[in-house]
Amino acid sequence: MDFIVDIIAKYSLVRMLISFLLIIAIVMLNAIVMGYLERKICGRIQRRWGPMEVGFHGWMQMFLDGVKLLAKQLIVPREANPFLFRMAPLLCFTPVAMAFAVIPFSESFYAMDLNIGLIYLLAMGSLNVFSILIAGWSSNNKYSLFGALRSVAQNVAYEIPILLSLLAVVLVTTSFNFKEIVDYQSGLLSFWMCQPVAFIIFLIAGCAETNRLPFDLPEAESELTAGYFTEYGGFSFGLFAIAEYGNLFIMSSVATIMFLGGWNGPFGLDFYSGPILGVFWFLLKVFILMLIMIWVRWTYPRVRFDQLMNLSWKYLIPFSLINLLITAFIVKII
Amino acid sequence: MNHYFSEIFTGGKSLLDGLVVTFKALISPVVTVQYPREKIDISPNMRGHIDLVKDLETGQHRCIVCGLCMKNCPCGAIVVKGEKQEGVKGKVLTIFNLDFSKCSLCGLCVESCKKSAIDFSDEYELAAFSREAFHFDLLKRVQQDDTK
Repeated sequence: MDFIVDIIAKYSLVRMLISFLLIIAIVMLNAIVMGYLERKICGRIQRRWGPMEVGFHGWMQMFLDGVKLLAKQLIVPREANPFLFRMAPLLCFTPVAMAFAVIPFSESFYAMDLNIGLIYLLAMGSLNVFSILIAGWSSNNKYSLFGALRSVAQNVAYEIPILLSLLAVVLVTTSFNFKEIVDYQSGLLSFWMCQPVAFIIFLIAGCAETNRLPFDLPEAESELTAGYFTEYGGFSFGLFAIAEYGNLFIMSSVATIMFLGGWNGPFGLDFYSGPILGVFWFLLKVFILMLIMIWVRWTYPRVRFDQLMNLSWKYLIPFSLINLLITAFIVKII
Repeated sequence: MNHYFSEIFTGGKSLLDGLVVTFKALISPVVTVQYPREKIDISPNMRGHIDLVKDLETGQHRCIVCGLCMKNCPCGAIVVKGEKQEGVKGKVLTIFNLDFSKCSLCGLCVESCKKSAIDFSDEYELAAFSREAFHFDLLKRVQQDDTK
């Protein structure tokens, strides 16, 4: 065991390789678990069972769906731009996997300790729009293009409240490093208590940023068939789905790190945390947030496009600005 | 400006109300049935194809071969034949065929039967690949039927 630890400490390449493999595994597993939970909870909310046929309570359903997607032919539409069309799913998946690199699951369980971790992660998160735009444009389909355009407008509008609400936390911690931000919350205090407005704004805008249901205009089924991935099938469609759940995980883990105290046990209970138990607390908080997002998804209908824009520009941005100003004022005084 | 803030309050409250509704649905029991493995009870008013009723006392059907059902059937779906046998009073049923592909489930046969010898069954899994699968030999069915 010591031998392995030595090697990992000595050769950063080995550490990179291991963390890369782990990240890919986590992204895939997360998609499978979340896909299953989504279908199950959706079913229960609609008073159905959800998947029940494959395995005990249908737990193997997502694996089988993955196999089905892998076995399908990748079809490029005749008038599409083949290079960009094939590129888009990869561009969608890669930033998600890269963003996982800076997420600290516990105080020693992370791939990279960047001092600008938050900025890096937000940059990777906003690359997602890029791939959606490429996917929508290159497939030469009116629904895809509409979905892509909507997605860009939506992400431009909702990036601002996300940044402003996170900035309020950063003003207090004076650090972009995730470890320092979490260490700041190691006591009784977590930021959801002293920054509740920022927390709520972040959750709403995060829902919109990941294109989840109250704000899923880019893929509105009833209007645009499937939006920007209408023309995609097989595993390129699968990559979009995996990236969507990956984005959900990233948003939830940012909320956990910034507002819920990351890997710290609840209410500053020190003896329950540690390098291993920290992972448990972290994943527990992340999954509670993701379950809330699923619950929200199957509760609300889709907003209209003007309502979407109104919510961001008339409500979220002014409130996050005021919140930021008040925070700056208080930090300056104290 | 007042409207702006009251809208946030009422909107937020109605959103929370919605979440409560779906949470109640989430924890309440499931109403769908896993069909091939689980089945719900059939209503007694169910109109399946007709069947000869088995008399609980004699263990036999009650048909006296009066032929009223056959004559009343507007679709001509029923064929009833009987014969005289030694030592038995009245006719004995030898053939009672139903062509269910013609039957319109009007129920005139059941109504016209003086002896209440036929009744609707509760069969509903009746998909088949050939027309002949719907030519039922009801006499055979009632003789093979051990349940009633």
